[in-house]
Amino acid sequence: MENNAFYVALSLLVNLDATLFQIVALSLQVSLLAVLIAAVLGFPLGAAVALWHFPGRGGVIVALNALMGLPPVVAGLTVYLLLSRAGPLGEWGLLFSPSAMVIAQVVLVLPILAALCRQKVEELLGEYREQFMSLGMSRSRMMPTLLWDARFALLTVLLAGFGRASAEVGAVMMVGGNIEGVTRVMTTAIVLETSKGELPLALGLGIVLLTLVMVINAGAYAVAEFTRRRMG
Amino acid sequence: MTSLNAPFVEASRQLPFSALHFESVTFRHQGKPLLGPCSFSLEGPGPTLVMGPNGAGKSLLLRLAHGLLPPTEGRVSWSSTGRPRQAMVFQQPVVLRRSALANITHALAVNKTPRNARKRLALEALAHFGLTASADTPARVLSGGEQQRLALARAWVLSPGILFLDEPTSALDPAAIRAVETAVQAFHQQGTRIVMTTHDLHQAKRLAGDVLFLSGGKIREHTPADSFFNAPVSPEARAFIAGELVE
Repeated sequence: MENNAFYVALSLLVNLDATLFQIVALSLQVSLLAVLIAAVLGFPLGAAVALWHFPGRGGVIVALNALMGLPPVVAGLTVYLLLSRAGPLGEWGLLFSPSAMVIAQVVLVLPILAALCRQKVEELLGEYREQFMSLGMSRSRMMPTLLWDARFALLTVLLAGFGRASAEVGAVMMVGGNIEGVTRVMTTAIVLETSKGELPLALGLGIVLLTLVMVINAGAYAVAEFTRRRMG
Repeated sequence: MTSLNAPFVEASRQLPFSALHFESVTFRHQGKPLLGPCSFSLEGPGPTLVMGPNGAGKSLLLRLAHGLLPPTEGRVSWSSTGRPRQAMVFQQPVVLRRSALANITHALAVNKTPRNARKRLALEALAHFGLTASADTPARVLSGGEQQRLALARAWVLSPGILFLDEPTSALDPAAIRAVETAVQAFHQQGTRIVMTTHDLHQAKRLAGDVLFLSGGKIREHTPADSFFNAPVSPEARAFIAGELVE
């Protein structure tokens, strides 16, 4: 019985295992903060690329689309080099801290949010363009209107970003270091338990992670469906 | 429809209409001439009805006049009194994904109306177009006729000196058409210069002060409504009024 992953997952939850909750809390904290920062930067960036035509715009769009598939370890390595003692941002002393993990996940999530937002805003702009011009709106005035009107689509985009952030292990492992009680998150804990041969515990953690992601997605879906039905 | 509240009338409505001039305006798309060259002036009280068969260039002419498109050649200009405040209502009303009320307060915000006046003005405009009950309804679940009235209310709240309407009733049922025509007349009575396209002869007879008749991208006739309907000069207009199929 003790070797059954579901039993382990359940007992971890039922016994309110303190270590588990710390790991879950840190995972959520890091990924949600990373998605929030990436959204604040990425949505206006995506909308700007949709609205303004500048030389090299095509290149920016291709780069954003390509970076959606950036391997987490490459993002991790880049942030590692930037934050390591000898690196340009070494003075900040952030390596192997939750802040470093947030930065690495922002690098991973930002292209996804910006690229998908660009696409949604461009679609909406096609529909609204003449009305906006008729109202005499400048491009910078169009941006908040378009972002607000694309809000349902952008919520789904946020979920895609959160999925990417909470599921990846390579980046947080490299810049966080999987230090118990400091930078250990669900995915790095699963890697560790697996390598130790504690397969039921690893699987149990996996089930908890999956459940958590499902609950967050279900909540967001319910909110989106409710508002979509109300707003048409 | 309720009557218009006095404080709602802005000074701009009372000003004389500043004439719009087309000087040998041509519009080409990928080298293909779609309109012109055409020269005319819109003066007098209107309403001006732009008529002609499909593909004659009516919508294009309206977009050039409103400044949504730049002419390939020639010049669109306003007389010395300057460019008036403009608004346009499209064939397919473009409404934002928010409530009817928020659609209007958005236009007011763009227009830099003080924040504390926006809601009152928006509610007055909705009431004027019989949309009070729909104020909090998402605009995109309104019927086609209601959406078009919302687009008219949004134009109304901006107190335009000139209002362009591009086939505003072509997708609507008779009751909704009547509501739009009543609204157009209300705009006209408030001193807003109306320029509207239609291919519906009966509608033009009900509304027109003067008629600008287009076919094949050329202006065939620009005459007062009476003479246009009773004694059209150009063969194309004669054929159009007689109900023949005009290319």
